[in-house]
Amino acid sequence: MDKHNEHAENKGHGYSIYFLVWLGLLTLTAITVAVAGINLGGITIATAIVIASIKSYLVLTIFMHLRTESKVFKIFVMAALFFIVISLVLLFADYSSTNI
Amino acid sequence: MSTHEQTVTSHVHRDDEGSRMGMWLFLFTELILFGGMFFIYSVYRYLHHDDFHVAAKNMNVLIGTANTIILLTSSMTIAVSIAAMQRGKKMLSLTLQSITVIFGFIFLVNKYFEWTAEIGHGNYPGSPELVNQNAGQILFFGLYYVMTGLHGLHVIVGMIVIIFMMRFTMKDIITPDSYVKLEAAGLYWHLVDIIWIFLFPLFYLIT
Repeated sequence: MDKHNEHAENKGHGYSIYFLVWLGLLTLTAITVAVAGINLGGITIATAIVIASIKSYLVLTIFMHLRTESKVFKIFVMAALFFIVISLVLLFADYSSTNI
Repeated sequence: MSTHEQTVTSHVHRDDEGSRMGMWLFLFTELILFGGMFFIYSVYRYLHHDDFHVAAKNMNVLIGTANTIILLTSSMTIAVSIAAMQRGKKMLSLTLQSITVIFGFIFLVNKYFEWTAEIGHGNYPGSPELVNQNAGQILFFGLYYVMTGLHGLHVIVGMIVIIFMMRFTMKDIITPDSYVKLEAAGLYWHLVDIIWIFLFPLFYLIT
């Protein structure tokens, strides 16, 4: 019995956390749609990307269990995201400096 | 020799963490596939800023929002189906898996109506209406069909994978002690969800 509890603690979350994350995701979706209606000028895209990133963080950590995975998984995901950001930064360093 | 063989057959070799790592590595390749498309999108949007805004006015925000809610909910149901399996609730897990597939199907039905409407408005690559528009608008719709189309294919694949998981659950191949297949299917479904989380604001909410 003890072993079983330990197993559940290590491997899984309660049902309620999934429900809470789902509510959070729906709230953030409502915020993105509402904010898109307001003209915020240059920060409109930034707001949308930030909200999408928060939503992805919730999905990665809770739904995809990264929170309870070993450190290697977290390092791998961070490395993957790091190189995406690097590519994007270099891409725009190029495009914003050359006037096409 | 015979004793050695006995030990080999009686010992079940399993590495769940390794299996999940394998799935994550596959997901990184998916990230490269979609990442490249997001790069193309961002460069063209940067170069044709105004055209993208004009073209995005044709998007159906209502269907886009509905599909976002559907996909987020389906991510929740597949996550809970794993939690149910961990707790030995086979029927609950099976029900949640089937609900996930149904949500995926509703998503595709919405997509069908959305695409049909867009094509009806003449917003498809090479259409007589679109070729007369600015380059940015043509690019927007090209990217829209390729990116949401590829995402739609992933939804179909995810549904097929989860249907297999339902069969495995019924046949007790997936059990409360061995459910890494279900976890891998879940990871795939969540990745499809994350891609949509970014597609939605980039295509539907830039007016």
